[in-house]
Amino acid sequence: MSADFLYGIEVIINGLMAGVLYALVALGFVLIYKASGIFNYAQGVMALFAALTLVGIMEGQVPFAHLINAVFGTEIHHFGWEVPALLAIGLTVVVMVIFAWLVQRFVFRHLVGQEPIILFMATIGLAYFLEGVGDLMWGSEIKTIALGLPQGNARWLEDVTATWGGDDFYGFFVRQLDVVAAIVAILLVTALIIFAQYTKQGRAMRAVADDHQAALSVGISLNFIWVLVWSLAGVVALVAGVMWGAKSGVQFSLSLIALKALPVLMLGGFTSIPGAIVGGLIIGVGEQLFEYTIGGPYLGGATENWFAYMLALLFLVFRPQGLFGEKIIERV
Amino acid sequence: MKDTVEPYVTDDGRTIGDVMLDLRNITLRFGGVEAIKDISFDIREGEIRAIIGPNGAGKSSMLNIISGFYKPQEGEVWFDGAIRPPLRPYQVAQQGIARTFQNIALFEGMSVLDNVMTGRLNHMKAGLFRQALWYGRAEQEEVENREAVEKIIDFLEIQKIRKTPVSRLPYGLKKRVELARALAAQPRLLLLDEPMAGMNVEEKEDMSRFILDANDEFGTTIALIEHDMGVVMDLSDRVVVMDYGRKIGDGTPDEVRGNQDVIDAYLGVSHD
Repeated sequence: MSADFLYGIEVIINGLMAGVLYALVALGFVLIYKASGIFNYAQGVMALFAALTLVGIMEGQVPFAHLINAVFGTEIHHFGWEVPALLAIGLTVVVMVIFAWLVQRFVFRHLVGQEPIILFMATIGLAYFLEGVGDLMWGSEIKTIALGLPQGNARWLEDVTATWGGDDFYGFFVRQLDVVAAIVAILLVTALIIFAQYTKQGRAMRAVADDHQAALSVGISLNFIWVLVWSLAGVVALVAGVMWGAKSGVQFSLSLIALKALPVLMLGGFTSIPGAIVGGLIIGVGEQLFEYTIGGPYLGGATENWFAYMLALLFLVFRPQGLFGEKIIERV
Repeated sequence: MKDTVEPYVTDDGRTIGDVMLDLRNITLRFGGVEAIKDISFDIREGEIRAIIGPNGAGKSSMLNIISGFYKPQEGEVWFDGAIRPPLRPYQVAQQGIARTFQNIALFEGMSVLDNVMTGRLNHMKAGLFRQALWYGRAEQEEVENREAVEKIIDFLEIQKIRKTPVSRLPYGLKKRVELARALAAQPRLLLLDEPMAGMNVEEKEDMSRFILDANDEFGTTIALIEHDMGVVMDLSDRVVVMDYGRKIGDGTPDEVRGNQDVIDAYLGVSHD
């Protein structure tokens, strides 16, 4: 096999890995959008907040330490203990569930039946509020996640595949972290789909996504389901935040991954879980391949920054509901 | 304070029991418009109760009050001899009151089977975590509920379409699936908002049969809104007549038929 072909495959593999992460972020949007019609601008900040909380808990940081010090003139920073990773993850999930409940109780419960644009504005407010709370709680310095996730290149894969090509091929270069992220994301998505298909709450969730009135009439509490989907979105945000945070450190720019999810959503449709996954993979592979075949050689590189948006724009023109979204039909 | 009434047996051998739902002096306003003005009537255990009246009389609003979708400004709702506090629609459903809608509210994206299964949600007791882990009672419950649902599906003769997505079904069948979902909840009181609207004669006959059978076999108390007078007179034990938000008649089909106010309302005599 020629080296070019093999390197092409390597690009696709790396694209798929990146795509899984995009899909993960997009999934958080889809969950909330389907069940409540809210486009949650705060999804990215939720990922940041979840990652901050995880790191903070693991390192035994005192929440709101700066605030407490400023008010009481104390000098506290850490409790002086370290929390094991699994327990910390569990506690972070609890924090995200509490956050979901608070959001539902104090924001969206009062906005039921409002125009989508008003709900959207509320999530923008929520995003900036949460960003501020995150800063205040855990401080704004860049943190690293010490979950013990493998870093660096997957040597075994490189060694195995190096023999496939000729002398000018040195094996597939794949980051170990990306492999882990992909596996975790696949497990999470599978779990979510099974939950939605086969459990009482999952069925209720799909019912609410489909028709609020009918859901009420069979005895489903909309409030409960909304807290549930915000909690699930919080868990998805945690996973996305950890994986991206492990790559580039837990810092403010983490919240911008939400912007990466937008083109994925336009491709996959705002209402489809499979759409979010396939859309994420297409964008991931598409931008890597484009960079490798056209962007790099002819356009001076760095096309990953805009390729996804261009693809999304094309989709908006030719298939506005996305690949799997519900078809928009205006009956006259 | 509860009025008891004597149970009696109808001509076709069904027992009509005590008062189940009692609406007392209900008034409902939308802003300045009074949709329902000081209406009282009751629904007794085991009976088929019809609510009729011209368009805009407030019939659907009445049903929405019973099912908790609207909250009346004045009046009391008594259920099982106790006053009912203002409840949300899902809480009403959990009390055993199921309903269908005038303009069908089904889960269009789900199959017929899944739609009917949602009717069983209140019969699934296993908590969130057991459900999520598929542990303990969850599996057994799923099996039991599937059996109950299959029974309803057989009963309504929709076996052939059980795997079909609801969005692909014709109107008449959608109405039937909606009835199936409501019946799957094994409600004590079933509210039907124009179950036969837009149906042809054959479909109406089928639907009438299902309503009668549900009442007879499952002992479900039924309150229904319907415009087809033939159907109403055949099906119901007692009829409430509404016009312009007021109650203008209440009694057996024969009594109502002879009521001058009712005849006027339907023939359009001017209100002085």
